[in-house]
Amino acid sequence: MSISLFKFKGGVKPPTHKSESTGLPIARAPLPSRLIVPLHQSIGGMPRPVVQAGDKVLKGQLIGEADGWMSAAVHAPTSGTVRAVAMHAQPHPSGLDALCVVIEPDGRDEWIAREPFDYKSLRPEEVRERLQQSGVVGLGGAVFPTHGKLTASKTVPMDELVINGAECEPFITCDDLLMRERAEEVVRGIGIFRDLLQPKKVLIGIEDNKPEAAAAMRAAVDALNEPYLVVQVPTLYPAGGAKQLIRVLTGKEVPASKRSTDLGVQCFNVATAYTAWRAFAHGEPVISRLVTVSGDVRAPRNYEVLIGTPMEELLKLAQPHPDTDGIIMGGPMMGFLVPDPQAPVVKATNCLIAHCERLFPPKAPEMPCIRCGACAQACPHELQPFELYWFARAKNFGKTQEYNIFDCIECGCCSFVCPSRIPLVQYFRFAKSEIWTREREKNAAEGAKARFEFKQLRDEREKAEKAEKLAKAAAAQAAKKAAEAAAAATAEGGAREAATPAAEIAAVVPQVAAVDAEKAAKMATIQAAIERAKAQREAAQPKNTEALKASQQREIEEIEARRQAANLTDPGEPATAAPASEKAE
Amino acid sequence: MMLAPAPYFLKDVSVSQVMTQVCIALVPGIAAYAWLVGPAVLVQLVIASATALAAESLMLRMRGKPQALFLSDGSAVVTAWLIALTFPPLAPWWLVALGTAFAIVVAKHLYGGLGQNPFNPAMVAFAVCIVSFPALMSQWPSVGLQMPLSEQIKIILGLAPRVDALSGATPLDALKTALKLGEANIDVGQLLANQDIFGNFAGRGWEWVAGGYLLGGLWLWQRKIITWHVPTAFIGALTLISGALWLHNPAQFASPLFHMLSGGAMLGAFFIATDPVSGCTTPRGKLIFGAGAGLLAYIIRVFGGYPDGVAFAVLLMNLCAPLIDLLSQPRIFGMREKS
Repeated sequence: MSISLFKFKGGVKPPTHKSESTGLPIARAPLPSRLIVPLHQSIGGMPRPVVQAGDKVLKGQLIGEADGWMSAAVHAPTSGTVRAVAMHAQPHPSGLDALCVVIEPDGRDEWIAREPFDYKSLRPEEVRERLQQSGVVGLGGAVFPTHGKLTASKTVPMDELVINGAECEPFITCDDLLMRERAEEVVRGIGIFRDLLQPKKVLIGIEDNKPEAAAAMRAAVDALNEPYLVVQVPTLYPAGGAKQLIRVLTGKEVPASKRSTDLGVQCFNVATAYTAWRAFAHGEPVISRLVTVSGDVRAPRNYEVLIGTPMEELLKLAQPHPDTDGIIMGGPMMGFLVPDPQAPVVKATNCLIAHCERLFPPKAPEMPCIRCGACAQACPHELQPFELYWFARAKNFGKTQEYNIFDCIECGCCSFVCPSRIPLVQYFRFAKSEIWTREREKNAAEGAKARFEFKQLRDEREKAEKAEKLAKAAAAQAAKKAAEAAAAATAEGGAREAATPAAEIAAVVPQVAAVDAEKAAKMATIQAAIERAKAQREAAQPKNTEALKASQQREIEEIEARRQAANLTDPGEPATAAPASEKAE
Repeated sequence: MMLAPAPYFLKDVSVSQVMTQVCIALVPGIAAYAWLVGPAVLVQLVIASATALAAESLMLRMRGKPQALFLSDGSAVVTAWLIALTFPPLAPWWLVALGTAFAIVVAKHLYGGLGQNPFNPAMVAFAVCIVSFPALMSQWPSVGLQMPLSEQIKIILGLAPRVDALSGATPLDALKTALKLGEANIDVGQLLANQDIFGNFAGRGWEWVAGGYLLGGLWLWQRKIITWHVPTAFIGALTLISGALWLHNPAQFASPLFHMLSGGAMLGAFFIATDPVSGCTTPRGKLIFGAGAGLLAYIIRVFGGYPDGVAFAVLLMNLCAPLIDLLSQPRIFGMREKS
């Protein structure tokens, strides 16, 4: 059985460097001297620590509790003692520290009581919750909590479930080895996703430079008698980007403004399927992952590594050459140089590459853009990178949005082909973060303004109410006095004298009314002034974007709404390793 | 260690590689040209290159830019070669030098240097010189002129009188002048039968020069230095308009083949209108740019006052390029009409 494949525009063919690390089977990395487990290892809310220094923990014990729906739990990778819950270097290009649980292993590697579950006996929301509690996140690099992607659209039928085993980045082979050695568990894991999403078709995409992995997956699919299609896709970076793989396998193009489920398709990485299966069949949370260790090393290979293992210790296993001068986490196209080799392996760490100038020659000096258009031809999202570059350089961020900067997946194809060696992706990251910062500042300022105006309004209202109350009290007093006087007068029988207080009352009442009217007029004036000021401010405010098309405006709003919904707009954002929304694998 | 950003791999490409390939692609055309009009054209190439590099160096110094990096990018040499190939081969040295200096200093660096010039520098030089020195810019050697290299160099350097043999015209100009001067009884067919000036398809020997440029252009396309859009649209538009008028009145208008192989058509289609800096960048924009340049080149060379129209056509399209780009932005991934 085969399907006709589609093409995506652009793409590049960097040297693959994959064969170096596929020669040896997966090895289990030895227990490191200590484990540094960052709490924030997925997109979304930062898990709350539930252990403290001095606590004894068992392997698989919960140490960070998911914070809200868009968050995933974090667990102790081995048994031992919590030494600290403190800030520590983490793998992020910013070099900023993050809250980590530091565990000193006791060497016994003693598990908690593991409870296997038949997921078929659970309701879908229970399955999702269990995945969340097991810390299952997208292991292709984007670390999006998996349970958050397992709800089909209410209006669009699920056509295809795409399983991503493309692994298009050079050097990385951990998915390849996983499929070769553990295909059956991957295929069983896919079953969980299939049962939750109920797609019409399941398509497993593997780049055609991994025939062994494809064969192993086909064998497993046949052995388990599943109707999944294992499809070999042309090797072309970034075919492993979720959107590109969906395009190649289904012909559908998911724009930045839409969820893939809105088009009836969803995509998971093979390693994610594997960990989902382990979570149910063995009751094991995600405490380890496969990591390719390659580059400038004597013995490149794939290791099963406990989350929290210091990168330096892991790299030593592969015997780096003496000229190694850094560690790249991820592939050479989208990865980053780790600012601190003490940073731990996290769920997003699919590959460590020992960096040296022999393998990665220093970049030649940047030249001016000659508008040759090579970047536009290489862009898999058909953007005009050189235009974006001009606008980002000029800090004309509104224009970058008009030229769809948020559709950029930061795959690096444009930088790769640029004859002027302009670090284009760097400019786009800068523009995106500037736009987000400005948007945040604008919102914060608007919020402050609204609060201030509300306070002013409230003060005015309270003053008015107080005055009104006083006036009423005065009127009541006067009325009472008048009534008393009238009563007295009646009692005295002096009709002539009674006329005076009655006149007094008559005089007081319109006076109160006049006070009220005055207040109302004042209020109206204040209100009008506030409105005017607001209008003026809005007119004078520098706009982040201008001349957007209606469709683009809509798109931006949808993206913003989704970012808000996914809890991505808080300032404490940079804890996830992947800067891009979609990570090519 | 510097924390450079990804990607850590880069393709082995550079601006100087691009420019070098453009120069290589010009070689077949230059060879045919030198064979046709004499080796003087090689002297002009040297004069133009030297002037371009000197002017470039001077401007880089004044602008505080690194010399080695920009002198070696090859862009000045490409400009120089295009000037040497579009100016009359026996033009005085100072004319070529002046044009080249103007191209580099004014058209390139005063607009911001590499990548910033809104107009094609070589075509600016051509336009400035043909407006300022119309006589010198129209002196083409008579076809079949046999003159030793030393004599040619003397003429270029102004050491020998600019003899009458030099006041020939390009075949394109010869045809236009003859048609203009001639009474109604002269027709294109008769003129082209004059095998002294005209060959089988266009000017005698000029077919080979055009063929050389075509060959180089196709190689550039095969090397992905240029895309097919501009040359196809340029030649397509030129063929369409010349074909339509030729079919309408073959006595008054030359055939499409004549126009394609005459003057700067092939050089313009593959080497000048394809300049990425001053041209359009979107696929649709490139088609519009190429077609506009082809159309204008024909109109100017047939109805205008200049022997050829490629330079002015390209400059006029350079003017329109930003607007065309703005209006021809392609749809992006996921935003096609159907979805």
